[in-house]
Amino acid sequence: MSFAIEGEAGAWEVVIGLEVHAQVISRAKLFSGAATDFGAEPNTQVSLVDAAMPGMLPVLNHECVVQAVRTGLALDAKINPVSVFERKNYFYPDLPAGYQISQYAQPVVGEGTITLDLDDGSTREVGIERLHLEQDAGKSLHDQDPGRSFIDLNRSGVALMEIVSKPDLRSPEEAGAYLRKLRAIVRYVGACDGNMEQGSLRCDVNVSVRMEGETELRTRTEIKNVNSIRFVMQAIEYEARRQVEAYETGEVVVQETRSFDSGRGETRSMRTKEFAHDYRYFPDPDLLPLVVSADEIERLRADLPELPDVKKRRFVDELGLGPYDAGVLVAEKETADYFEAVLAKGARDPKQVSNWVTGELFRMLNMRGVGIADSPVGPENLGRLIDLVADGTITGRIAKDVFDDMAESGADPAVIVKDKGLEQITDEGAIEAAVEAIVAANPDKAGEVRAGKTKLIGWFVGQVMQATGGKANPRAVNTILLQKLRD
Amino acid sequence: MSRGLTELTVSEAGDRLAESEVTAEALTEAHLAAAEAARALNIFVCETPDRALEQARASDARRASGEILGPLDGIPIAVKDLFCTEDVPTTAASHILDGFTAPYESTVSAKLKAAGAVMVGKTNLDEFAMGSSNATSYFGPVKNPWRGKTGKDLVPGGSSGGSAAAVAARTCLAAIGTDTGGSIRQPASLCGVVGMKPTYGRCSRWGIVAFASSLDQAGPITRTVRDAAIVLGVIAGHDPRDSTSARVEVPDFETALRAGDVRGLKVGIPKEYRVDGTPDEIEELWERGADWLRDAGASVEAISLPHTEYALPAYYIVAPAEASSNLARYDGVRFGLRVPGESLDEMYENTRGRGFGPEVRRRVLIGTYVLSAGYYDAYYVKAQRVRTLIARDFHKAFERVDVVLTPTTPSAAFPIGEKMDDPIAMYLNDVFTVPANLSGLPGISVPAGLDADGLPLGLHLIGRPFDEETVLRAAQALENAAKFSGVPDFVEARR
Repeated sequence: MSFAIEGEAGAWEVVIGLEVHAQVISRAKLFSGAATDFGAEPNTQVSLVDAAMPGMLPVLNHECVVQAVRTGLALDAKINPVSVFERKNYFYPDLPAGYQISQYAQPVVGEGTITLDLDDGSTREVGIERLHLEQDAGKSLHDQDPGRSFIDLNRSGVALMEIVSKPDLRSPEEAGAYLRKLRAIVRYVGACDGNMEQGSLRCDVNVSVRMEGETELRTRTEIKNVNSIRFVMQAIEYEARRQVEAYETGEVVVQETRSFDSGRGETRSMRTKEFAHDYRYFPDPDLLPLVVSADEIERLRADLPELPDVKKRRFVDELGLGPYDAGVLVAEKETADYFEAVLAKGARDPKQVSNWVTGELFRMLNMRGVGIADSPVGPENLGRLIDLVADGTITGRIAKDVFDDMAESGADPAVIVKDKGLEQITDEGAIEAAVEAIVAANPDKAGEVRAGKTKLIGWFVGQVMQATGGKANPRAVNTILLQKLRD
Repeated sequence: MSRGLTELTVSEAGDRLAESEVTAEALTEAHLAAAEAARALNIFVCETPDRALEQARASDARRASGEILGPLDGIPIAVKDLFCTEDVPTTAASHILDGFTAPYESTVSAKLKAAGAVMVGKTNLDEFAMGSSNATSYFGPVKNPWRGKTGKDLVPGGSSGGSAAAVAARTCLAAIGTDTGGSIRQPASLCGVVGMKPTYGRCSRWGIVAFASSLDQAGPITRTVRDAAIVLGVIAGHDPRDSTSARVEVPDFETALRAGDVRGLKVGIPKEYRVDGTPDEIEELWERGADWLRDAGASVEAISLPHTEYALPAYYIVAPAEASSNLARYDGVRFGLRVPGESLDEMYENTRGRGFGPEVRRRVLIGTYVLSAGYYDAYYVKAQRVRTLIARDFHKAFERVDVVLTPTTPSAAFPIGEKMDDPIAMYLNDVFTVPANLSGLPGISVPAGLDADGLPLGLHLIGRPFDEETVLRAAQALENAAKFSGVPDFVEARR
């Protein structure tokens, strides 16, 4: 999947690296016991440590370390047995201590890999540079009062994992695929809920361009805090074109921080390097180096759930699904869970189940605008519906109607079929009578078929099905029709 | 009678309380009166007489019903105003903490409270504990209760100058201080009292206004070594709220002291501690100290701590670096002083510019500089390497000897106002004490004699990590031999 910007001087390639901040799922903050629930009243989840009161000291919450290590393992990354928390110093009212505790020279997780599933069904490996733990800052509220700013420290000290990719991405699509895959992985692992709207997953985008064939990287800009995958892709597209245009008109691209205006679809300069902070990182003397033992790493590795890539391979190898369908099913943990829940009972055909999930179910969910976790048709009932088709109780066509009914009523498919009398008609006498009636009513068309216009057979099938309310066994209808039209 | 009560040691007072010869209330009243009488010395930032009497009466009531909380129950103490105390303002002797009262109690002061100790007040200090003279306090300098023959107002040392002066002036039986580069031991030496810095990690730092986190350590200031052991036993111990506090058992220091002597103990005399310009009488006292220990059955040998000369420069990089970051939280946003400005940056500048005194500003600037891009490796990283080398020097020395003997300070107390325009001369006060902080080792200063001006001088012992017992034992041997009986001029005059 190549992406190039045709400039006047030739084709330009875009080079992208992503820094993702993922809020760690944990009961308490990274260095304090305060709660982390989203949407609480301002300043109700703030401990003395989070407010940086004099003499207060951070104490590491090991639960957050566990989540970071599990995520690192899921990214096939090196877990560093010793890592160090450092202070990143800068002044801002929503940063109470005047420094953020982060990891700098020695992160808890080193290099890893992530496999992208691209739209054309191909895959591509992208390098992970590092994953480290750090504190979130509080929130400044500038729109509450004309003359003052308010501070909400609920988020202050909440644990984040910063996951940094290598500059391996080459198109907006790849960036989108990377984010989707990363989000899937943290969700599989249960380390982050991946919710971009609520800010539990945020993305900084590093973009540079270069002429095709160049090996050195050119100056990059960093687009801060882009909060949806679509916006990330838009921001890259815009920023890459802006840089190409700058180079081609003889301007320079400066290393700077930019913001993305989603309304206008533009990136805008925030501050240039001359105003850049000197963060004065140094190891936090209040904390000991973080040591993760080999035993603990192995224990966490053994506890990891099956991850999307492995699951996909299993779906292909053991269930006989095509790579595309398998990829769709594993892309979100909830989908894979749903699919496997349907498969778990009875001897259902994986292909049939896959077709139902990626076909009717997705169509219905899309139409209703709900996620699979809130589906009005649960895996139990979908499984029963599939069984009703498989054992011949209803036809495939009727099944779709029953499914729509289930989506409305949430009822058991067997009950719907029974109440509405939708059982398949297999009584050949009844079908024959219906066929004869249709043939008799349409002598002209019957004649055309007999004269060789076999295409019209399909029309007759449709008429018979309509007459039987879709309940006639299609195979029987076919056989009997052919017989009658030959006569 | 009341004068007699303020002359007691902690252990003597404990005995009298136990024998019902005195009540905690009477003991407290005597010390409150002494504190009031000593106001000219500017020892206390805040006296807490009502609270003290209430605590004393509660102690008496406990004793009457037979439940005693320990050796400090009913004992009047003073607390350096760097420890956050619930309901009593905490200032760190800085304008920037104006109006600040913590809604929490530091672990160390909470342990004292829980042990029944009676807090008579919070003592003055150098602003944010940055200083060796107590002259940088926003509340003005503390005067040393000693004047000797100088006839001048002298510094008590610092930064725990108020705590040392409080014990010397008999306004309390014991005090607690903090020691980052000598801030307990140096003022103890200059005020003629005992001051101990325990091993880094022995006492919790939770609730102590931070100066330099990797160096700060709380410890006792008392009039005897035994009292230091008693107080240390109360304030020491692991605290899950301080990640750097050590998970080690707290021995019974007082019992260890009573049980042991120094026979067979090996004492090292580091040759690098012979600093140019040290007065002869301090050199002589040092030699006398070695003789005393030898006479008590210890063996004395010369040792080398080759990286000693780099300790002070390394300290004055590491400590300001950490301080520059630790003090960033005083920004006028959430508590303490706020001086408004036209913009956020101006508010920061006004608040911090006016809230911090010149020495604090100097150290914040030095610290910011040494952590800056381009200078970090040359200063901070190198200083940390020096620190490792200094710790290694001690480690090697302790393969041969059990404790190291040095002078505590290169001079006796000096007049208030001196050295103020020469920070380097001021920083040299800590030359003998700083290495123990850089390497996290326990150290103690014991009053050992008077100089020609009649001013007290201390001897200093440094021990192995978490071997306070040996340090205390050697200190008691010095104390026994020195028979220091000097009484500060201020106390003498009151009699």
